[in-house]
Amino acid sequence: MVLVNESSCKGCGICIAMCPLKILYFSEGFNEQGFHFPKVSDQEKCVKCNNCMIYCPDFAMMVNDDE
Amino acid sequence: MADSFEHPLGKYFRDKINYKNCPGCGNGIIAAAILRAIDKSGKSIDDYAFVSGIGCSGWIPSPFFNTDVLHVTHGRAVAVATGLKLSIPRTRVVVIAGDGDTSAIGGNHFIHAARRNIDITLITVNNSIYGMTGGQAAPTTPFASVTTTTPYGSIERQFDLCELMRAAGATFIARWTTFHARQLEKTILSAFEHPGFSFIEVVSQCPVQYGKVIGKRNDPVSMMISYRENSLTVDVASRKGREELKGKIVVGEFVKDEEIPEMCCEMERLRMEVRSK
Amino acid sequence: MHFLKGNIACAEGAIVAGCRFYAGYPITPASEIMAHMSRRVLEEDGAFIQTEDEISAIAAVIGASWGGVKAMTATSGPGISLMLENIGLAVATETPCVIVNVQRGGPSTGSPSLHSQADVLQAKYGSHGDYPIIAIAPSSPQEMFDHTVWAFNMAEKFRTPVFVLSDRLVSHMTEQVKIPSPEHVKLENRKILDSFQGKRQKVFLGKGSVAPMPVFGRGLKGNVTGSTHLEDGFRDVASASVLDAEIKRLHDKILDHVDDITISDEEFLEDAEIALFSYGSSYRAVIEGVARGRKECLKAGSFRAVTLWPLPEKKIRDLASRVKKIIVCENNLGQMYHFVKAAVGQRVEVQFLDPDVQGTLINPEKVLAKIREVLNTNG
Repeated sequence: MVLVNESSCKGCGICIAMCPLKILYFSEGFNEQGFHFPKVSDQEKCVKCNNCMIYCPDFAMMVNDDE
Repeated sequence: MADSFEHPLGKYFRDKINYKNCPGCGNGIIAAAILRAIDKSGKSIDDYAFVSGIGCSGWIPSPFFNTDVLHVTHGRAVAVATGLKLSIPRTRVVVIAGDGDTSAIGGNHFIHAARRNIDITLITVNNSIYGMTGGQAAPTTPFASVTTTTPYGSIERQFDLCELMRAAGATFIARWTTFHARQLEKTILSAFEHPGFSFIEVVSQCPVQYGKVIGKRNDPVSMMISYRENSLTVDVASRKGREELKGKIVVGEFVKDEEIPEMCCEMERLRMEVRSK
Repeated sequence: MHFLKGNIACAEGAIVAGCRFYAGYPITPASEIMAHMSRRVLEEDGAFIQTEDEISAIAAVIGASWGGVKAMTATSGPGISLMLENIGLAVATETPCVIVNVQRGGPSTGSPSLHSQADVLQAKYGSHGDYPIIAIAPSSPQEMFDHTVWAFNMAEKFRTPVFVLSDRLVSHMTEQVKIPSPEHVKLENRKILDSFQGKRQKVFLGKGSVAPMPVFGRGLKGNVTGSTHLEDGFRDVASASVLDAEIKRLHDKILDHVDDITISDEEFLEDAEIALFSYGSSYRAVIEGVARGRKECLKAGSFRAVTLWPLPEKKIRDLASRVKKIIVCENNLGQMYHFVKAAVGQRVEVQFLDPDVQGTLINPEKVLAKIREVLNTNG
């Protein structure tokens, strides 16, 4: 599953664009820094491609390996 | 609800991970690729030392990476790294610098390090602009670009950093973009293991300063998509004409020559010869 | 006992001091130091590199020093001009290293083989910003040896770049040099951090003592930057208080020990009415002039500043309380002269004596003539 460290996010949108299953979308609200951050629409669809983790410039995304 | 987690690369950071880069800056993507390469190298991060230049990319290792890091004067990271490597040759010395630091003010040290084939890995973050100082033209900024110091359009051509390295005799030359983060990681590990000077150019988005130049201000996603769309491997590029290649980014590992003697080894050979006299 | 050229004596001094890294660029009249080191350093298992310019020479020296090796470079005025930015980096990062300047005729390309002492202020004020420096001025091949050893010791003790301010005359003259056996040479070595003490380890800007150096390649995780920083190396370029603290701590690190660092030489001063202030090769002419004057019962004495920086203010003021006039004799248009004058203030008159022709060593007869003129005016 995809984990999001909301407070680290700077709202760049790269993870959302890079997710092949399109399960990430911008939140309505802001985080403490004033950015919209990613929310996961459907954890079941995550295939653990790790794109979000590889492409996040702020180390705010993690794909959990545990089943 | 926020998830709290221990990022797998967190152990490589001196403090908490809080890069101050602009949103969407390619620096963080490159930092992650470097740390994944270290993670897969089978060596401790303490076996690596980083020397970095002035500019946003200089702050990739300094102060964040939890090992020896040396943040020096503009353009001189390669020269400092040369002295460092010659004195502690068993440490993997890695230089991270921007395109201006590397090829403008640091140009002379750049070509000589390649000529010497000293076992240093130079990762040049090429965003085609001087970002930290507000968006001035760099030697890698395309002809006709409008920047803060070329308000009527640049009248200088841009360097092809990999070609420059080829001419200087670098024994490991590669180019990727931040879009190619996985390939970049593999190439970085390969470069670490290469017994000689290794150069990796990473085309990276500066959404604020360079984004403004190309009409994609604060749109890092668009910049990365354009990297994907405009990248070609050497094979594909070889079948295209000059006009078709305009605006294209040739990516891949271009040169990997392990036959050329490496400088620290040569220095040791000299010492042995002197000792035997 | 050896018979050595100044430049060679300097290189041998560096080897005895433990220098095992040399980086440099050819320049007259310093090139012999590099050529000699290119052999000696390798003979002693060190590393040598001729760099592409002087900027990379001092950069490589800084890198090597962070690798834990005693490192040096030698050049002349034009090379120092190129090195100044990185000399500032060495100061700010508290990197021990030795820089030899074999001064020659300037400005610009000038006259590579003519004599000059016109780079003495450059050592202290050449790089931008407020910073302290240690500089010593040898006046003979023996001192080229001894002072180079001293320079390395000071560099290690205070974690600072140290200048050896030679000049074309001293570097190219050949005289007897006594080289002591290694067990008779006292060497200083930098204090190195024992083990990683955490991200907030105090490895810079020691208060009252020099901070231990987190040498690279030992797992000490040194966090080093030329940007304004705190004791742990973390950068803070936004707080005036941090900038203020860094400048003052770097300054105090050296200036608190000015008495231990300063070396001066007094001759014929016990009953002197006037003193001649000189350094480096000018001293050779001055002491000869003073000695000849004594034969005529002229009560002049010599005060030689062996170290130029930090400025020996206290000693200069003390000198001013003992004589009626001070005459500064140096091979330039007046560099240390202004500092001596400022240190002396209103106490006594300070005059300037230069060679008639820049580029030549002042004739001892001219020194004698000045002594006669000043003392006869006094009546």
